[in-house]
Amino acid sequence: MQRAEEARSLPGVRMKIGLFIPCYIDAFYPNAGIATLELLEKLGQDVEYPMNQTCCGQPMANSGCNKDAAPAEALFVKNFAKYDAIVMPSGSCTHHVRDNFDAIEQTDEVRHVRENTFELVEFLHDVLKVQDFPWAEFPHKVGLHNSCGTLRALRTASMSELGEPFFSKPMDLLNKVKGISFATPKRPDECCGFGGTFSVTEEAVSAKMGTDKVRDHHQAGAEYIVSADTSCMMHQQGCAERAGVPIRFIHIAEILNGARE
Amino acid sequence: MKVKPVNHAKAAEAFIEDTAHMDFHDERLWDLRQKRDQQMHILPEWQELRARASAIKEHTLANLPEYLEQFEANAKKNGIHVHWAADGAEHNRIVGEILEKHGAKSLIKSKSMVTEECCMREYLEPRGVVVTETDLGERIQQLDDQMPSHIVVPAVHKLIPDVAKIFAKHYHTDPNDDDAQSLAWQQRLAARPVILSADAGMTGGNFVVAETGSFVVCTNEGNADLSATVPGLHIATIGIERLVPRMADMGVFIRMLSRSALGSPITQYTTHFRGPQKGSEMHVVLVDNGRSHRLGMEEFWTSLKCIRCGACMNTCPVYRRSGGLSYGAVYSGPIGAIIDPTFNERKYSTLPFASTMNGSCTNVCPVKINIHDQLYKWRRVLAEHHELPFVKREVMYMAGKLMGQPSLYRAAINSTEVALSTMPRFVLYNWLNPWGKHRELPHPVKQTFHSWYKQNRLKTKKKEGEGA
Repeated sequence: MQRAEEARSLPGVRMKIGLFIPCYIDAFYPNAGIATLELLEKLGQDVEYPMNQTCCGQPMANSGCNKDAAPAEALFVKNFAKYDAIVMPSGSCTHHVRDNFDAIEQTDEVRHVRENTFELVEFLHDVLKVQDFPWAEFPHKVGLHNSCGTLRALRTASMSELGEPFFSKPMDLLNKVKGISFATPKRPDECCGFGGTFSVTEEAVSAKMGTDKVRDHHQAGAEYIVSADTSCMMHQQGCAERAGVPIRFIHIAEILNGARE
Repeated sequence: MKVKPVNHAKAAEAFIEDTAHMDFHDERLWDLRQKRDQQMHILPEWQELRARASAIKEHTLANLPEYLEQFEANAKKNGIHVHWAADGAEHNRIVGEILEKHGAKSLIKSKSMVTEECCMREYLEPRGVVVTETDLGERIQQLDDQMPSHIVVPAVHKLIPDVAKIFAKHYHTDPNDDDAQSLAWQQRLAARPVILSADAGMTGGNFVVAETGSFVVCTNEGNADLSATVPGLHIATIGIERLVPRMADMGVFIRMLSRSALGSPITQYTTHFRGPQKGSEMHVVLVDNGRSHRLGMEEFWTSLKCIRCGACMNTCPVYRRSGGLSYGAVYSGPIGAIIDPTFNERKYSTLPFASTMNGSCTNVCPVKINIHDQLYKWRRVLAEHHELPFVKREVMYMAGKLMGQPSLYRAAINSTEVALSTMPRFVLYNWLNPWGKHRELPHPVKQTFHSWYKQNRLKTKKKEGEGA
């Protein structure tokens, strides 16, 4: 992570950032994408969204069809190799690029892309080391949902399985938002059951997990579920609406960018 | 005829529809996970123990032949008969011959996953041997003619009324008895005479110690000790991966096993069998049954480190909501999903997909098996071996092509005004219906991010450029 490491030692540096917007955010939750872009711009970064982007290759690779991920991975590298950092409002896509992106030959260019791809929260927390969001105010009780990708792969928060001291990068950031308070569900680390194609191939288990998850947050008193992963929330929102659980969903980028609602 | 893959999704759906059972199952196992967490917090050296347990197991597996021979030599010195079984059939034949030699017609046994693997009961019973399980949960499963649904708590998917009905059928007790203690007492009344009159006893073995030629059996009901010591003949069936080099290693594993399994510091009974009692015989059958083959699999050999604590099952949100029987295999849950395909790739090809790959299993595993990484790797292997359903394979092939071509991809997204009606078609394809069965679809939006960016950034930048 050479360039990113340099940036870490130089807070305040302006980086050339390539913004990756996952397909489901592009199509269903553009506000999460817009908030990510605006937030990075407010923080003084030079952000570009390459128009020819599609997908990181994760759906194919997670289904075992790694070879079928090659065209998406090759295109991803073509789109993003020129940037200092690639930032995306998605833990699971970041996990794929960083940890599993091996359907294509591992050239220097590919290694550069993989080593400099960041999930938004870790980018704000670890690279830009943002100290405050003066424009942000969210006077609501929120339940934080850490996706399994951010929790157990990117390690942006401590996990209950290991008994390690508590840490939470997303909560560190949200704590800088005026008026926000947190609800703690009974099973904060339990997977919500999205799991990519699992959500359709194992529909019954997936929906049951999602419904249990949103009920847990609602019973803890959360008005909103906030997450760095929209895919989990797309699934949870579907479960909440069907089960009649009155809870709203918002991407962490939107809160940090100053969403009021 | 080709074997049909297990339909986990369908079985899980049926399990979920029965809300009372499903909710109890989920809560009961989640409670075990929480108790495990409490025990972990009591031991500050927990992570060090995990690292040591993993290292001991990896070292042993890397030197398995030497340690197995060391065990055999030392066990023989202790007066134990040692047998080698290459597979389930050989195991059953060996056990059958030992019983025949002793004219044994009734066998009491404690829980053993290896005998389940070998289908031993199915082999012995037609040959006139009455096999009686003495573990309460396992006995319930035997009476109900079901496989164990969990490797530690085999009947955890059942409620008290289920047990009352089963006992009523076999023990002629009150079918409406809703008192757990009374039911346990009925089992005791039924089991004791069988135990006291049995010709032979069988146990498994949690650990086999090479340097002492002994083996260790951990239970909570004391039934293994009865099975081993009441009849004059004790047969222990043990997988070859259960070896540890030294007695001192037990200090690591005994501290971890029950804490990981049930959240108790230690099992009620931890018995070291070092040789036969006076006037009785002790046999150990070391079973391979695919383990050597697994040991040679570069990506999957560490699954042999498993000490069968069931912690991965207790923490698995999918297992808790689908029940062990839905896996259609001897081993269920996350560990089952990475072991079962080594027995039959086609039959168990669906199991590595019965997971969200959330990774909780890997992080509770006391011997640090990278379970969710192996699930991911199995998916690749199964795809390469053409064990994926045709539709999924085709969809991924087409999606892969589409994702490599921005113009086609964009056309797919923009082919209608409303993104909602395109998304399911190009991403979810014919799986659209399953999504909507218990969930609402995402709401349509006015504009995709792509189109917003074009309008609000590219045009602005262009204007700025023109101005300059």
